[in-house]
Amino acid sequence: MSIDHTYHLVICGSVVPDPLQSLEPVVTQGKPGLKNELMLPMVLDPFVNHSLNEAAKLREATKDTQVHLVAVGPKAKLQQLMMVLAQKTAFNLVAVDAPAGGFIDSHTVAAALAEAIKAIPGLDLQKTLVFGGWSSASRASGTTLQLVGEKLGITEQFFGVDRLTPAADGGFTVLERVEAGQHLETQVAGAPAVIGWATGELPELPNNPKIGMMNMAKIMPAIGKAKAVDLASAGFSVVDTALPAEKRQTRVVKDMPAAAVAAEIKEWIASGKAG
Amino acid sequence: MSDTSVERQSMEVDIACVGFGPAMGGFLTHLSRGLKAAEASGPIQSPTMPGAPPTVICYEKAEDLALGVSGVETEAKAIKSSFPDFDPASVPMTTWIKKEKTVYLMDPWGASRRPLLVRLADPILRLLGKKHSFTLPVNPPFLHKKGGIITALGQFNQWVAGQLMAEGAVQIWPSMAVEDLLLEKDAVTGVRLADQGVDKEGKPAEGFMPGMDIKAKLTVVGDGPIGSIGRKLNEKLGMPEGRHLWEWAVGMKFVVSLPDDCPLEEGTVIHTIGFPEPEIFGFFYVMPNKMASMGIFVPSWMQTPVRTSYRYLQYWMQHPYLWQYVKGGKVSSFGAKSLLESGIEGEPHLVGDGFARIGEGSGTTNILTNSGVDEAWASGRLLADAVLELLKSGQPFTRENLDKTYVASRRRSAIEKGTRKARHSRDGFRRGFLPGMVGMALAGFTGGLLYVPSREKAPHDMLIDLERYYRDRIPAAELRAMEAECLQKGGTLWEKILPRLGWPEVVFDGALLISHQDALLLGGKVQAVHGYRDHVLFDDPAACEACRTKSCVEICSGQAIARVEGRPVPAFDREKCVHCGACIWGCARGGRGDLAIDSNIAFLGVPGGLHSAEN
Repeated sequence: MSIDHTYHLVICGSVVPDPLQSLEPVVTQGKPGLKNELMLPMVLDPFVNHSLNEAAKLREATKDTQVHLVAVGPKAKLQQLMMVLAQKTAFNLVAVDAPAGGFIDSHTVAAALAEAIKAIPGLDLQKTLVFGGWSSASRASGTTLQLVGEKLGITEQFFGVDRLTPAADGGFTVLERVEAGQHLETQVAGAPAVIGWATGELPELPNNPKIGMMNMAKIMPAIGKAKAVDLASAGFSVVDTALPAEKRQTRVVKDMPAAAVAAEIKEWIASGKAG
Repeated sequence: MSDTSVERQSMEVDIACVGFGPAMGGFLTHLSRGLKAAEASGPIQSPTMPGAPPTVICYEKAEDLALGVSGVETEAKAIKSSFPDFDPASVPMTTWIKKEKTVYLMDPWGASRRPLLVRLADPILRLLGKKHSFTLPVNPPFLHKKGGIITALGQFNQWVAGQLMAEGAVQIWPSMAVEDLLLEKDAVTGVRLADQGVDKEGKPAEGFMPGMDIKAKLTVVGDGPIGSIGRKLNEKLGMPEGRHLWEWAVGMKFVVSLPDDCPLEEGTVIHTIGFPEPEIFGFFYVMPNKMASMGIFVPSWMQTPVRTSYRYLQYWMQHPYLWQYVKGGKVSSFGAKSLLESGIEGEPHLVGDGFARIGEGSGTTNILTNSGVDEAWASGRLLADAVLELLKSGQPFTRENLDKTYVASRRRSAIEKGTRKARHSRDGFRRGFLPGMVGMALAGFTGGLLYVPSREKAPHDMLIDLERYYRDRIPAAELRAMEAECLQKGGTLWEKILPRLGWPEVVFDGALLISHQDALLLGGKVQAVHGYRDHVLFDDPAACEACRTKSCVEICSGQAIARVEGRPVPAFDREKCVHCGACIWGCARGGRGDLAIDSNIAFLGVPGGLHSAEN
């Protein structure tokens, strides 16, 4: 399907320490951070990763749609990350050079992202769909994308989205997760809108060396030009940092009747150990 | 292995590089500098696109450029000559070497399988007042790395890659595996990338994208000792006469956060010998910020098929001499890799029409000084100089031209001098631990003139039957019963044999002593990218069926190869594979007869490896 309509797609995606690593919060010189933060492998926030797949699909389905990736992170880490992402799909990078440890006020991050978006040459906000993650692996409060939308004046916001289907008139249908495993389908007249993606339904994009080479010609200069942003915000401080308490206790029991499992869970909840 | 009938995209570049490690780091660093330097005096032109600068692309199968999982102690002569102002503080986990010592570890549990003379040494040392260890009064001079550095190879690789990418003269693409060579008669004309969107058997599935053909004037192969492209070249060309790839070791290590009261100074290097088995050597490098890289080498000349590197690593770590330093600390990362220990004996055909080889897979490791990273870097630099010379003079990358330039400079180089001296230094180990130590000392002190000779043997020929190996410790009938139980119920032989020999139970404490599977997840993750085929294949099921000991299962660094109840062919789980490649040379059967590494296991080029925070 090819639709004669153009969107301006902006993906907000920060670099985060790979959440599969053992991340240990520490306070150094009065500031919170992660132990050995500089050594930790960084990835595109996994909650954002899917946005890239969706943006690639939407571009294919529409006419002249361009994709911009606005990424916050330390320059060196952005560069490493782009070597992988650049092979996925064509995009213009807008790099914001700032820490990525995750102990930053989401209002401040949202302000930096909104400023970077407004500064994208040729971007028409009325045609813009802001993509991002429903949540974040950066220990943020999960509110950043919503705040970006507010700062851009975009009031149509959808979170936990699994599917976006464009229509010929520039409108689109959004399938949004709601409680109890159900979806809410919404018909939207058109851009602008903020789309916070859940996991979606698309497979991972393959790595394509040709796309990578084309992308890198634009990406390296973009990283070189990345504006250093001080994300410290007045009145915001981290009082304490700690690893989440371990909640999981795995026990393998075979052939246990469902009633006995339920009784044990009931007893566990009643004991208050469930927290 | 890729389907030849599928229509593929192709792309032309000038230089295609396979694998990003220290050798490729050296090559790309000096090539990039040379290309940049020439811009002022008249740019070097691309042979494929005259008028444009040469296109140089490096493909690395790991998801990032920190695949190296080695704690490294190196003189770093070549690296320092490339970076005269090198400051270790600019690379995480890196520092100058300050102290080096070699320590003999006595056997605290009496479980080690020591030859008689070594067994006698322990009580004599105890009579002399030594409780658990004996520090050699002099560290052998050939082991010294004076003025060198301790580093984590993954961190070093990332540092090098960052600089290269910032310069922009070359491109490095991680998470992109090379599956095959492109050949026209005897010339290498490029590489084929791995198919994506396939199932575990390699059949097209959702999102199928055939691997692209990258046509190149020169293919630089630096994919390490077990790299699939290096091994394909060996298969195609064979090894030069008298050369072989028969000496190996698996190096396995932990990165440990040392306790605050650990007295060891940053920059301390400790080599250990004698324990947990005499054949197993150990290393302990003290890095900045109270971190240490500590591990063991399990060699292919260790004759038992029961080579569990992980459990031996835990025994070694618990030796009282080492435990005093780490007690109260915490393991933060784990890794393993194969080391090609044939040195110059394992030097393959270095060049041919359209290709050149660098690094460990090209026989650069000095097996006497235990040094490989710096030599690998130096080999890359030599190739870069040769390539620049040929590009500037407009000469093609033929065997003859690469011979005249790269190979000639390798022959004149310090790598060649060092590896020639080291050539037979480890031969004695094929006769056993003591002849090996004597041979190494002789070679070390005479510059390689004297050594203990022995007959060369393929790795699987070094393995001996369990009954013979444990003949004085466990009755043959009992061993056979253990084997039968493993065949029926799965599991490993080491789990049964080591406790029977007196090795204590490892009591997990969640800090220093953790399960093997926890180690894979702690501080890292195994990359098993979706959409690629399985990379470990058992070529001939009949050979597996006939194999009693399943040494591939015993040696596997990630428990990725496992016996399955009632099945003669082991199962492979790529979610656990750290891509160390020990299964290739650790295969007890051999299989393909005339190849450089005679193995029943095929190890294909697929993205993956251990992705670790501190490697």
